Amino acid sequence: MTLTIGALLALSFLISVLGLFMFLWAQMNGLMRAGPDASEVIFAKGEVGLVEDPSLSQMARAALQHVGSGSSGRTDDDAAQRAAVSAELEARVEQDRSSRAAAFAFLTSSIFWLLLGSIAGLIASEKLTSPDFLTGSAWLTFGRMRTAHLNMVIYGWASMAGLGISLWMLPRLLKTHLVGEHYAVWGAALWNAGVAAGVVAILSGWTDGLQWLEIPWQIGILLAVGGALCAMPLLLTLRQRNVHHLYVSVWYISAALLWFPILYVVAKVPHVHFGVEQALVNWWYAHNVLGLWLTPLGLGAAYYFIAKVLGRPIYSYSLSLVGFWALAMFYSQAGIHHLIGGPVPNWVVSVSVVQSVMMIIPVLAVGLNHHMTVVGHFAALKYSPTLRFVVLGAALYTLVSLQGSLEAVPFFNRLVHFTQYKVAHAHLGLYGFFSMIMFGSIYFVMPRVLEREWPYPNLVSLHFWLAAIGFGIYFVFLTTGGVLQGIDMLDPARPFMDSVKVLTPYLLARTLGGALMTAGHIVFAYHFFVMALNLAPRRSGRLLFGSARLAEAE
Amino acid sequence: MTRSLTIVIGALIMLAMATLVLVAIPYRQLEAETPPVALKPYTLAELRGRATYVSMGCVYCHTQQPRAAALGPDAIRGWGRPSVSADYAYDYPHLLGVSRTGPDLFNIGARQPSIDWNLAHLYQPRSVTPGSVMPAYPFFFKVVAHPGPNDKVVSLPPQFAPTAGAVVATDEALDLVAYLTSLDHTYPVTPAASGTSP
Repeated sequence: MTLTIGALLALSFLISVLGLFMFLWAQMNGLMRAGPDASEVIFAKGEVGLVEDPSLSQMARAALQHVGSGSSGRTDDDAAQRAAVSAELEARVEQDRSSRAAAFAFLTSSIFWLLLGSIAGLIASEKLTSPDFLTGSAWLTFGRMRTAHLNMVIYGWASMAGLGISLWMLPRLLKTHLVGEHYAVWGAALWNAGVAAGVVAILSGWTDGLQWLEIPWQIGILLAVGGALCAMPLLLTLRQRNVHHLYVSVWYISAALLWFPILYVVAKVPHVHFGVEQALVNWWYAHNVLGLWLTPLGLGAAYYFIAKVLGRPIYSYSLSLVGFWALAMFYSQAGIHHLIGGPVPNWVVSVSVVQSVMMIIPVLAVGLNHHMTVVGHFAALKYSPTLRFVVLGAALYTLVSLQGSLEAVPFFNRLVHFTQYKVAHAHLGLYGFFSMIMFGSIYFVMPRVLEREWPYPNLVSLHFWLAAIGFGIYFVFLTTGGVLQGIDMLDPARPFMDSVKVLTPYLLARTLGGALMTAGHIVFAYHFFVMALNLAPRRSGRLLFGSARLAEAE
Repeated sequence: MTRSLTIVIGALIMLAMATLVLVAIPYRQLEAETPPVALKPYTLAELRGRATYVSMGCVYCHTQQPRAAALGPDAIRGWGRPSVSADYAYDYPHLLGVSRTGPDLFNIGARQPSIDWNLAHLYQPRSVTPGSVMPAYPFFFKVVAHPGPNDKVVSLPPQFAPTAGAVVATDEALDLVAYLTSLDHTYPVTPAASGTSP
């Protein structure tokens, strides 16, 4: 084992030095320099100022165009330019078609897992206030139900939704066809098999026992291979790209697809890790699944859809560079704040606390960039369902990250460590930030994937309000309950049981909030499958594409 | 950025740095540690019980990491001295936990050594701890009309006992209790020697 770790050390050192030189070389050759044209790469020539939201009916889209770009379209275009734009838009229709199967496979699966995961979460939540509810079978015990919930929503819902949206965005971002789509479809099949087998294993009691890494490594191989297969179309499509600049979303997606398999394999290698060292690996991984996997996928989607729906380039390309590299630098070393005060070397905890606070830099960079892109156009949120979900998600990203930095500071950590406050925080990240952005992205993407409109616009609103209000209840009550739990736990004059009893009303409220969120998901899934199976009796006509859309906008 | 190579190399450097700092160097530091003399390896029954503890997900509500007085009244609650990394020498997978829906269990064997109490608590937590929100584990027990001479009968307050017959512990329950009662890290250590948090 000494040899293994010695080799690992030497290798890491070599990579770092090599990387430093590459970095300098890239800087000297101007590979990281960019002007405003880099942020306009996602638009067709002359398309800036045109809103896009396929989840809208024609009338609503005209209204969005009015508030979105502040005009009803342009009238001063000459015929030649209009023809050029429409040719590029026709090409985009073809790009959208090239990723249909992969996006459909991933997004359909993700919604299936979202439903199952929500139900498991509700059952687990109910068990914390009714401990004798469903105790007849080991399969339904709290420890397994909660874990099944986590694995289904992380690996089933969040990861698959993120992959589906990323694969769909790639051809648009690189202005080419998705090359090697069948790798991704196979990846989806393996990934689904891995999640399904993993959840059954957990419910039956076969687990690796580490939080976020419960799926036994034998089954985890399916996830690692499935994830690697999804990286294939990325690499192949990158080689065929027709853009000079790589848009910021491409950086996030590429890095995430590179990071995840490495993280997963290092953390899952059996019988290498030991004692508290395993706890360090555990939280290095668990935090990086958020920081280096789901966060980049979510931010990549937000950077694209906010700009694209509004028809406005992002506020600052340079700021997005800072945000990306600072996230990669600081987030990757923040994980051990989960072990503050634990039996691990103090210096590792200190590193993570410092990096957690440093996270303020990328968060403000990203938050400012998103906010400044939307500012002055908030009225568009009324019209565009995509934007409503994505902008809410982006705002909550800033909130959850700043909250995370605060939680890592020892004086505050002392109060909320080990409490339900952390559960509320985790849901603010995964639901408030990530899932909201995915909901919005799916509303945008599916009409392109199926070439069919969402049949019931009212259901989109219903989904939004159920999710937003349900989550509001969930978060506010669980956060409050967590703080009260922490106060009781720290008070030596009170018995421990006080910290259990004080939580009850807040846990009941959490179940209520969770039920509303689940109701929202059922509405969403119903709407999705009615659309996918073409069951809706009323349709507002085939979605407009290309030149027809452009003409309508004028 | 215009080159995908910049992203790939940069991303790999960042991850390599994090892995070096958070995984590789601590590995190097911790692998040199020897278990405290007073800490015994688990017996087979205790290991089986530990596997049940893992598979039931006890770790999601119970930590096994008592903390220093500066971080909370753990010692006053009888949870024991602050743990050090060497205390976990025989633990695989680790069960530090990050949630205290229930109390810390690192020294539950010293605090609650009674097999009868532990069995009754697993069968129905509220029979011995009113107000507990821990799930009951009835599937670790059998209700039999006439317990045999080798059966371990669980003694329960009348309102929690079945109307007919006696509650008998299965081997799984006995192993789990063997593990829980083995959790006793009250031997003295010198925190400075291990270089971990006091």
